[in-house]
Amino acid sequence: MILSVKDLSVSFRTETGLVRVLDDVSFDVAEGELLGIVGESGSGKTMTVLAVMGLITDPNAVIKGSILYRGRELVGMKGREMRKLRGREIAMIFQDPMTALTPVYTIGWQIAEQILTHQKVSKAQAWHRAIELLAEVGIPKPEEAVHRYPHQLSGGMRQRAVIAMALTCNPALLVADEPTTALDVTVQAQILDLLRKLQETHGSAIIFITHDLGVMAELADRIMVMYAGRVVERATRDALFADPQHPYTVALLNSIPPLEGPRPHRLQTIAGSPPSLLNLPQGCAFGPRCPRRFDACAAKPALTLPPHETACFLTGAPMPAVTE
Amino acid sequence: MIYAILQRLAQMIFVMFGISVLVFLIFFGTPGVDPAARIAGRNASPEVLQAVRVSFGFDQPFYVQYLTMMKKIFISGDLTSFVNRGWKVVPAVLDTIPVTLSLVLGAAVLWVVFSLIIGVTAAAFRDRWIDKTLMIIGLIGVSMPVYWLGEVMNLITQSRFHDTWLFSWVPPLGYKNLSDDPKGWFLTLVIPWITLSILYIGLYGRVLRASITEALQEDYIRTARAKGLSETRILLRHALRTSLIAFVTLFGLDFGALVGGSALLTEVVFGLQGVGKLTFDALQNLDLPVIMTTVLYASFFVVLANAVVDVVYILLDPRVRTS
Repeated sequence: MILSVKDLSVSFRTETGLVRVLDDVSFDVAEGELLGIVGESGSGKTMTVLAVMGLITDPNAVIKGSILYRGRELVGMKGREMRKLRGREIAMIFQDPMTALTPVYTIGWQIAEQILTHQKVSKAQAWHRAIELLAEVGIPKPEEAVHRYPHQLSGGMRQRAVIAMALTCNPALLVADEPTTALDVTVQAQILDLLRKLQETHGSAIIFITHDLGVMAELADRIMVMYAGRVVERATRDALFADPQHPYTVALLNSIPPLEGPRPHRLQTIAGSPPSLLNLPQGCAFGPRCPRRFDACAAKPALTLPPHETACFLTGAPMPAVTE
Repeated sequence: MIYAILQRLAQMIFVMFGISVLVFLIFFGTPGVDPAARIAGRNASPEVLQAVRVSFGFDQPFYVQYLTMMKKIFISGDLTSFVNRGWKVVPAVLDTIPVTLSLVLGAAVLWVVFSLIIGVTAAAFRDRWIDKTLMIIGLIGVSMPVYWLGEVMNLITQSRFHDTWLFSWVPPLGYKNLSDDPKGWFLTLVIPWITLSILYIGLYGRVLRASITEALQEDYIRTARAKGLSETRILLRHALRTSLIAFVTLFGLDFGALVGGSALLTEVVFGLQGVGKLTFDALQNLDLPVIMTTVLYASFFVVLANAVVDVVYILLDPRVRTS
């Protein structure tokens, strides 16, 4: 296991009390694996990876649990040590390439900056490596592109530059937070192809966040579905698409337009809206929106055992209900 | 680039033209205003009044008067005062430039250096006691009127504590030429520099702190953190660098205005014969040629400072550059 997250909870101190945005999230990532995290906005996807990156800088955040990266505990790690890992062994690709780069520096400068931070090389070597990286992510005329400022590149090219920057030090773990959401569809496909290719050549493990199950169907080895700060289902890609267990996953899959067969008059939606984290429902957080809710749902369901884990009382296997 | 400079130049001429017409009309064209009556004094007989009118050329149409004045300012340079006839205005204004420039440049160095230190330190320790203390000190600096602060400074350094080791070096008020007496120039200006800069240190420190704090919320700061950069580097190379754009705008406007005469209060308090003091004196006895010349001079510096800001913008912000 390259990454092993156990009982990770993140809460924020607010005027109305402690708001829990992540509730006992546990997951593992194997070497070279691509783990997809799916969920609606506010489900805690981004917060999970920000915690892994040590990028929750809010002084009011309370982080509990354990994040082991190759056996080293990241929760509570000193800033200095964490900085050595960040950008070198664990790198991140952000959602919006328009705002992810500092506007006043050329992309070559920004890539070289990262190289010089982590490796003892000369400026010329760093610059040379920046050109190589830009070529690798498919930016045409990389020796010219290094001199370009972010605003001079299109969205797709900027995201390639961000990816090139993330790959600078051959990270063992790459975190991609909705890297294609801000891009148009054809560019999305190109970026996904690129990520797949890079995973083969670099062998990095990838955590890929998206709310697009179609993207997951193409890329992921395993998929984790999150809802209101909890993991509700986790399985291999094939198992999840073939036999979704949790009503929320089922509902998500149902809301994808079918490629074959008659076109439905209207797409299915999930009734209601995601709960406010300030006021989570008792028991199963999905309960109020669930079409198959029954008495047992008043308690909080625990995840079943692997390989196909789900947090729902409907699942056949007997499971103990965790009461609070 | 040459086109941009020419465009700026044309703009500058246009602005100065507009201002000169406006000032001219206020003093000569406002109904009921009669400059001749002011020059001739109270109780002047109609004959004297008429003589004054002819002598100063007020009997001619406005546009002739305006053009004559502009010609005397810009071409022949022999515009004379209405109050002291024969006193040439243009050389008088030119004489004040080194005084004002010395005062404002020195203060600008102080305020840029110290506001950078204060702004960056406060942003680095934001919401902690260092930040809060610095911001309160900044607010106090902003709140102290310069004429009051200047008088207090004078009281301390010239009178009450002048005989102690601390301030015995302070020379009497007045200006000394840099070329004649560099040491005297420096010593006489130290207290005025500090007085003038305190307001701007407080103001700029607070503005810079706000704009760095805002920059630190940006996505690219998160990227910089994800790259594994140190907090110091993130603060200085990423957050501060992007915040400088706002800082430079403010600086250009204030600097231009101060060189143009806004340092008036400091000049008066410290007895420095600068542009502001000259304008102040001219306004007291309504010496129109002097007012016109100093106003034109001031507008020249404000427009010039803006042009310089635009150039610095291009250096600081690649998004402004056209490829």
